[in-house]
Amino acid sequence: MEKSRRDFLKIGGISALGLSALPALKVLAGKKQPMYKLSDKALKGKRWAMVVDMKKCWEKQQKGECKDCFVACHSFHNVPQIDNPKREIKWIWTEPYKNAFPNLEYEYTDEVLKGKPFIVLCNHCSKPPCVRVCPTQATFQRKDGIVMMDYHRCIGCRYCMAACPYGSRSFNWGDPRPYIKKENMAFPTRTKGVVEKCNFCAERLAVGLKPLCVEACKAGALVFGDLGDPESEVSKLLKSNYTIRRKNDLGTHPNIYYII
Amino acid sequence: MKIYDGRKIIPGILIAALIFSFPFWLNFGKAAVPPKPRLPKGVKNCVKGTMYMRTSHMQLLNDWRNLVVRKNVRIFVAPTGKEYAMSLQNGCLKCHESKADFCDQCHTYLDVKPFCWDCHLAPKENK
Repeated sequence: MEKSRRDFLKIGGISALGLSALPALKVLAGKKQPMYKLSDKALKGKRWAMVVDMKKCWEKQQKGECKDCFVACHSFHNVPQIDNPKREIKWIWTEPYKNAFPNLEYEYTDEVLKGKPFIVLCNHCSKPPCVRVCPTQATFQRKDGIVMMDYHRCIGCRYCMAACPYGSRSFNWGDPRPYIKKENMAFPTRTKGVVEKCNFCAERLAVGLKPLCVEACKAGALVFGDLGDPESEVSKLLKSNYTIRRKNDLGTHPNIYYII
Repeated sequence: MKIYDGRKIIPGILIAALIFSFPFWLNFGKAAVPPKPRLPKGVKNCVKGTMYMRTSHMQLLNDWRNLVVRKNVRIFVAPTGKEYAMSLQNGCLKCHESKADFCDQCHTYLDVKPFCWDCHLAPKENK
């Protein structure tokens, strides 16, 4: 059978058109595909941050020891309580001024701040050094600024712990489960050989709730919000107060601010 | 043909063959107990079809954990419109209430040891 060049091109063209019509047909057929989504209630932000008003916290502390924020966080997230300081695990805790702000300390600061505890946690830096060094991308930065950990990927090399200038990361030298007083069935534990840290309650933001420590603080010393929104509470607090950040000069751009 | 020390060697070979095939004789005529995962009561459908879940649930769990942790996508909407929490402890285990009666049934049979439970908490009844 003889085919002219013209016929060949015609058939070829029509065939190509048919191929390109297939995806369009699929869309038009309207077969329901499974979907994935985030709850409509989820809190959305461009750059999550926290302002810690230490004055309010100290005022509360004078009336008696308060550990509400630690207890709320550690009990929900199944953080083990290990007393050995070399092996302890912590997501949120206190440090004295000279340790929290070593570059701001001089011989007279102690007069005012002596013995005063500072609440510290992961700073969720805008330029996180832990993310830069992680060889498996187990630690990564979300679009909303949260420095998250994917424990499934963590190989326990502890580069991130060396990189973090705030000591915000703890390593599980052994199985943490024996040290968890009451396991919370709604949240996983960690296992031997992974690093862990504060996750800014990503699981709560996803359902429209604020972080646990913020909710637990009766003194209102912890304020959480979006710095991308100039009308948010944190943005307003930063505009109306002088605030300091931990080790500002290192250029990690921490997102936890302190009013003292 | 003459085998030197045949009186020792031939019984020796026979005894060795017997010992070697011992596991076979031990289980002779007995069928292995097939796994019987207990399905949740009152729930007809899982997030996907039974056959898919049977063969590919591990792939689905892997995909979901990446979506949840890394992409912050936490709800699965099935073609039926029903929404499911993409979570092992707060999703799967809410219907499949028992790890021993469901997960472990096949995993033990096939001798697979998934490390989910190193971190994720199994329902208390299994302890």
